[in-house]
Amino acid sequence: MKSVNVRNMEIAFGETRVLKDVCFDVEPGECFGLVGESGSGKSTVLRCLSLLLSVWGGEVKIGGTSVRDMATPERCRTLQMVFQDPYGSLHPRHSVRTTLSESLIVNRLDNHQERMEQVLTDVGLPIDFLDRYPHQLSGGQRQRVAIARALILEPDVLLLDEPTSALDVSVQAEILNLLARLRAEKGFTYIMVSHDLAVVDHMCERFAVMQAGRIVEILPREAIPGNGATDPYARELIGASLEYERAV
Amino acid sequence: MTDHPSDPILSVENLSIHYRGTPRPAVRNVSFTLGRERLGIVGESGSGKSTVGRALLRLLPTAEITADRMSFKGIDLLRASEKDMLHVRGAQMSMILQDPKFSLNPIQRCGDQITEAYLTHNKCPKREARARTLDMLEAVQIRDPERVYGLYPHEVSGGMGQRIMIAMMLLTNPSLVIADEPTSALDVTVRLQVLGILDALVRDKGIGLIMISHDLNLVRNFCDRVLIMYAGQVVESLKASELDNAQHPYSRGLLAAQPRIGGGRGTLPVLQRRPEWSEPVEASS
Amino acid sequence: MTMTDASQRPARETVKRVPQSLIALRNILTFLLKSPTSAFGLLVLAVLLSGAALAPLLATHDPYAQDLQSALQAPSMAHFFGTDELGRDIYSRILYGSRITLTFITLVSVIVGPIGLLVGTVAGYFGGRIDTVLMRITDIFLSFPSLILSLAFVAALGPSLNNAIIAISLTAWPPIARLARAETLTFRSADYIAAARLQGASSGRIIWRSIVPMCLPSVLIRLTLNMATVILTAAGLGFLGLGAQPPLPEWGAMIATGRRYMIDSWWTVTFPGLAILCVSLAFNLLGDGLRDALDPKQMNRR
Repeated sequence: MKSVNVRNMEIAFGETRVLKDVCFDVEPGECFGLVGESGSGKSTVLRCLSLLLSVWGGEVKIGGTSVRDMATPERCRTLQMVFQDPYGSLHPRHSVRTTLSESLIVNRLDNHQERMEQVLTDVGLPIDFLDRYPHQLSGGQRQRVAIARALILEPDVLLLDEPTSALDVSVQAEILNLLARLRAEKGFTYIMVSHDLAVVDHMCERFAVMQAGRIVEILPREAIPGNGATDPYARELIGASLEYERAV
Repeated sequence: MTDHPSDPILSVENLSIHYRGTPRPAVRNVSFTLGRERLGIVGESGSGKSTVGRALLRLLPTAEITADRMSFKGIDLLRASEKDMLHVRGAQMSMILQDPKFSLNPIQRCGDQITEAYLTHNKCPKREARARTLDMLEAVQIRDPERVYGLYPHEVSGGMGQRIMIAMMLLTNPSLVIADEPTSALDVTVRLQVLGILDALVRDKGIGLIMISHDLNLVRNFCDRVLIMYAGQVVESLKASELDNAQHPYSRGLLAAQPRIGGGRGTLPVLQRRPEWSEPVEASS
Repeated sequence: MTMTDASQRPARETVKRVPQSLIALRNILTFLLKSPTSAFGLLVLAVLLSGAALAPLLATHDPYAQDLQSALQAPSMAHFFGTDELGRDIYSRILYGSRITLTFITLVSVIVGPIGLLVGTVAGYFGGRIDTVLMRITDIFLSFPSLILSLAFVAALGPSLNNAIIAISLTAWPPIARLARAETLTFRSADYIAAARLQGASSGRIIWRSIVPMCLPSVLIRLTLNMATVILTAAGLGFLGLGAQPPLPEWGAMIATGRRYMIDSWWTVTFPGLAILCVSLAFNLLGDGLRDALDPKQMNRR
């Protein structure tokens, strides 16, 4: 289990500053949520963390080591990401086997067949799915494959970018259960981006509310039902979600 | 308006829709009537809910539509010619789609698009149409209608875009509005606002509303009656206020699978789909 | 689709694992045969291939054998398509000429495809300065009229079949590169490319394993459509005397020499001309058919 510490993360695309002084700490084994409207920069945080975007300011430490100091293979085996759209995150011409074995080949790991079977079992897919292509899978199954791809390198930190927002409610429940089970079994640290406070409440211990590239408040999940936020925007967001759900 | 509608605007009996080249019909034996009320159609992707909405507007060129009856204010939608449909679409029955980014013409000013839509169905001087457009933009709570009138679609936010769509669709005073996932592309904070505006206008003008959504919370709060669809069939039809007392195992499964704020953190119940739900059932509504 | 109903049919799917590409090929062929135009394209291509392969068996005469006694004879049972000014059998020459045409289009495609694909995907994937440099080079090649550039090239290196092939390749790769770049730009920001980067794959590996397979269909279509142009340019060069040299039965060169006798002996230019027309039309139709067959929207029905 590794902690994640983000300090003064900043990035600008041209003139627009997309992230401004983002700081947060995630405990080892914690599930940390990032919520906010579209365009608030919550996905950008994940892309910076994973070095998919490389030109940004500030520092990110995972388990005490800066991500920039890690060699690529080490970084890949420390953090992995699950994307929002299961239809766009699997290569349409690669079978599940190719998708999974690619990681193993690149990172020079052995026992391909065993590892692939293990990881498919972990995400609850039958082993003969190895020879399926993405178009032969449903949305939920694709997302399971995407999770399997992230798991196969046995990372410590999983970045989840709206992992269920493209899925139906019943499939979302399956994927959320899977993510919760994997965390309990393997002790992952999760950073989860979501726009759905109900999902954040279900999964995360703490969450940060983002607005216009800034973290306005970091709250524990217990603050959601009674709307315990102090920042006006965070109050508005939580209030709107509560009203929308009328679950109080 | 929520109680028994005196004269149904729309009545559909045993509607079946079959896309050409597919083995099974996308929609089977759907029946419902709609008065001046708000009807929600919920279901998962692939349940055929959007197909029903499109079939009402006859926007499915590649599908065969059969029904015992599909009448809208005395017009037989099954037999109406394409020319008749032109007078129905937009003027008497309009549709609000999911993402305003794709439903507004990117190279035309928002205001001009609304005015043009109005002029298509109403003969009047341009100045009058423009005045009506500005009034309507004000009605959807746009603070500075003059400014928004001159904006291009890429210059407005998602919530503003969807309000512009609502203004465009309601300006012609339709009797029925079909909203297909009207707010799923919007943020939670704007979602309520947009729904509130739509809701108020629909109630004020006594328009029939069909709200197509996958979101149970939305239909619970903004509809009078709910149809729950599974695999092309209506498995249950009930009052929105009684949604929590749904009987059909599929409806109950959907409700239970939804994580709730303040809910327990245990494993979410997963929907076990049973093949008999897809078997044809006697239509009842 | 649910877990349960999807797991009912895995057995059948695993059986056909190995020949997945063969199945795709067969499906594409069946698709092409369904439409009459692309079926015509396939048919002409088949005739061309078998004509080239079986030329020694099908030919009635030696294509190089001169017989001045029977020069410029009209089509008859002895000479199906007549004879040229040196008494050579035009039918046999066209048959042997198909070998030259095939060599031409095969070599040009083999040279042009990889170069265009490489330049386009590299430019599109890396973007920035690399993109600017590569695309400006492409623009320079594109701004020359292709026949003029080939002419200049052949004039510099001397007329021969090989030089003509190099010259045509030189002018044919830029459109492919542009196409590959445009395709790459649409895939570059896809999540599966981001996922591949997170797996630690190098840029070269991502281009080769993830981007090239996505660009391949449109490049193949473009190459097929290009073949028609290549045949025409080759015939043009031959006609101008800068491609294949006289004794070789190249179709363009045959028209060039037959031109002088065209008024009295129509067959000297008509049959080679028809051959060029048929083959380039066939490739155009085939390219159109392939575009439909490889359309991404059809992917799911493979």
